[in-house]
Amino acid sequence: MSDTTFQPQAPLDYLHDGSTLRSWLFTTDHKRIAILFAISITLFFFIGAVAISVVRLELLTPAADLVSDDTYNKMFTIHGIVMVWFFLIPSIPATFGNFLLPLMIGAKDLAFPRINLLSWYLYVGGAAFTVLTLILGGVDTGWTFYTPYSTMFSNSSVLTAAMGVFVVGFSSVLTGVNFIATTHMLRAPGMTWFRLPLFVWAMYATSMVMILATPVLAMTLLLIVAERWFDLPIFDASRGGDPLLFQHLFWFYSHPAVYIMVLPAMGVASEIIACFAQRRLFGYSFMVYALVAIAVIGFFVWGHHMFVSGQSPYANIVFSFLSFMVAVPSAIKVFNWTATLYRGSISFDAPMLYAFGFLGLFTIGGLTGLFLATVPIDIHVTDTYFVVAHFHYIMVGASVTAFFGALHFWWPKITGKLYPELWARAAAITMFIGFNLTFFPQFVMGYLGMPRRYHVYPPEFQVYHVLSTAGAAVLGVAYFMPLFYLVWSFRHGREAGINPWRAKGLEWQAPSPPPHENFITPPVIEPPYDYHPKDLVVSGDTL
Amino acid sequence: MSDVFLRPPFDNLARQHRAVAFGMWLFLVSEVLLFSGLFAGYGLYRGIYPAGFLAAGRETDIVYGTVNTAILMTSSFTIAVAGRAARADLGRMAWWLLVLTFLLGFSFLILKGFEYREDIARHLLPGSDFALSQSGAQIFFSYYWIMTGVHAVHVTCGLIAVLRLIIVSRKNFAWLSGSASEDATALYWHLVDVIWIVLYPILYLVGRAHG
Repeated sequence: MSDTTFQPQAPLDYLHDGSTLRSWLFTTDHKRIAILFAISITLFFFIGAVAISVVRLELLTPAADLVSDDTYNKMFTIHGIVMVWFFLIPSIPATFGNFLLPLMIGAKDLAFPRINLLSWYLYVGGAAFTVLTLILGGVDTGWTFYTPYSTMFSNSSVLTAAMGVFVVGFSSVLTGVNFIATTHMLRAPGMTWFRLPLFVWAMYATSMVMILATPVLAMTLLLIVAERWFDLPIFDASRGGDPLLFQHLFWFYSHPAVYIMVLPAMGVASEIIACFAQRRLFGYSFMVYALVAIAVIGFFVWGHHMFVSGQSPYANIVFSFLSFMVAVPSAIKVFNWTATLYRGSISFDAPMLYAFGFLGLFTIGGLTGLFLATVPIDIHVTDTYFVVAHFHYIMVGASVTAFFGALHFWWPKITGKLYPELWARAAAITMFIGFNLTFFPQFVMGYLGMPRRYHVYPPEFQVYHVLSTAGAAVLGVAYFMPLFYLVWSFRHGREAGINPWRAKGLEWQAPSPPPHENFITPPVIEPPYDYHPKDLVVSGDTL
Repeated sequence: MSDVFLRPPFDNLARQHRAVAFGMWLFLVSEVLLFSGLFAGYGLYRGIYPAGFLAAGRETDIVYGTVNTAILMTSSFTIAVAGRAARADLGRMAWWLLVLTFLLGFSFLILKGFEYREDIARHLLPGSDFALSQSGAQIFFSYYWIMTGVHAVHVTCGLIAVLRLIIVSRKNFAWLSGSASEDATALYWHLVDVIWIVLYPILYLVGRAHG
């Protein structure tokens, strides 16, 4: 810049383009905001993990010997609130989506960079309310805030907890608006809709769910605040209100929220599996339609959370049927990922191990979801550990595993460094074993009748609880391992180069780590997942 | 002139304008869903307590409600004309129309405040000394307070956005012609108006349908 006689230098990468705290806290670079989100959600992941460790330790014995029933209730509640709204919902979208979406479509940034930063500050604001809740002594309603307990009886900090979730919801909405506008407005010339990577489609579908479902939750939480603090009757049955209305409104958000968590995981799996099989993704267009179908049908299944709440039996039948419908596009995806492997040149690097873990655990979680969509079986296992196991298979087994897969797959792009492969594989396998050891026994004890949210239980369930707690310890080790070797590799890892995985996708044409403007030369756009020439078609002229 | 408004990541001002408007539309979809949670509850309870809702609906203040409806619709008109004026390079006119919009919106809030005061004086705030005894009447007024309260918060946000336009462009009317902010703000303001157009009949008119 100062001396024009030198040839132009390569621009600084985003990590070194400014080193002051201010340059991070006021950045509008999507990549830096992604890092800010990554650090924040990691912090909350550990808060949620500590809370559930107390729960799991308490459950080692049938008697109450570690914490009081009150503390126990607060522990599982804060675990749920933190893990759902402060880790899982923003996990893949706000970090990898933020980082990768512009890169994958050949853009310089998201459409509204300052709003993107605002999303992070809203997250921090919501997080502050949640920390305040903890300081004030916690909240004991369960993450579902069910009325009338939350509005009339609970003596804990429901207001701050609800406000935290309310505020962080706007972070989701703004992220969703940003992603959709970016995908529509900033695709590079030649990047047509059906050339978009599945990850971008997944972000698009997730964003739709975010902007349509989240505001309903926001209003529901406001109604709780109105009833609890301003004494306005809304759900209070003794004053003519209907508590079921709360459940309808809550699950209208919270079921689609599951798809906010799992659709991004599906996007990640699609990228990883195609890359490590070096195969074109099988049935690309069906994968797209399946994502959209899951997002759409997902809006019409919320009643399956209310089979025993007293809603009409006819509604139960309809919601049961619609819940089965979601299994169809989900199965299409599972079969297509599997078929992608056919004739592939498969390598078992850590991201692929995580992707396989995702595939297996998602399948188990999905199939047990069908048990729960069946009204008679659901009545039998309602509010048991069967349900707990089912949704952890989806939300942890599928989503968190995919999150770690994404972390390893794109780590070289994000940091420019390679992680130690052996350690990473060990962590992936430990995570898979620990996860199954934790949650598989919960299916069994749930089916046998162990209810959720109890800290004292009949002794015949102890063996399952001991297995589960042991598994949680293994899982805890597996979650800590990447923290150490990834941080180590950030300092000491080998240089990754632009494309260590021989992966397709525009992000692999940018330098590692990318500069502020993402690309130095405009990326070359190819058909999606162009890992091998398509049979009988001259390469390059498809789509 | 035009590249003053161009911000990264865009390299084309027309596209940037479209993106801002599109982003605002997406946000408005979200806002509609926010209120739909309230409309759903209102609809449910009106089905359960038709008589209570009719009786309670007669107690809202039709004069304030109607005057405020007229004020808000006029403000939507002025901000729409402001946008047209800005695009026709009539910056000064656009600026004054925005000031008028702001004053109308602000007077809406003031009138709403007076209306709230009278509502409280007439014991229309649900609680132990609530004025009406029909079942469901308290729930109607719960919704009345929450719906109009959340709407008033939206009016306030809209006013802040309009005020921002007024302040930023006070020495440079042409700014209004080039920036996408005017369009986006107007879209938001129209939504606030549209929500009120739904609230007005369900809170002020429905109860009076049967005389």
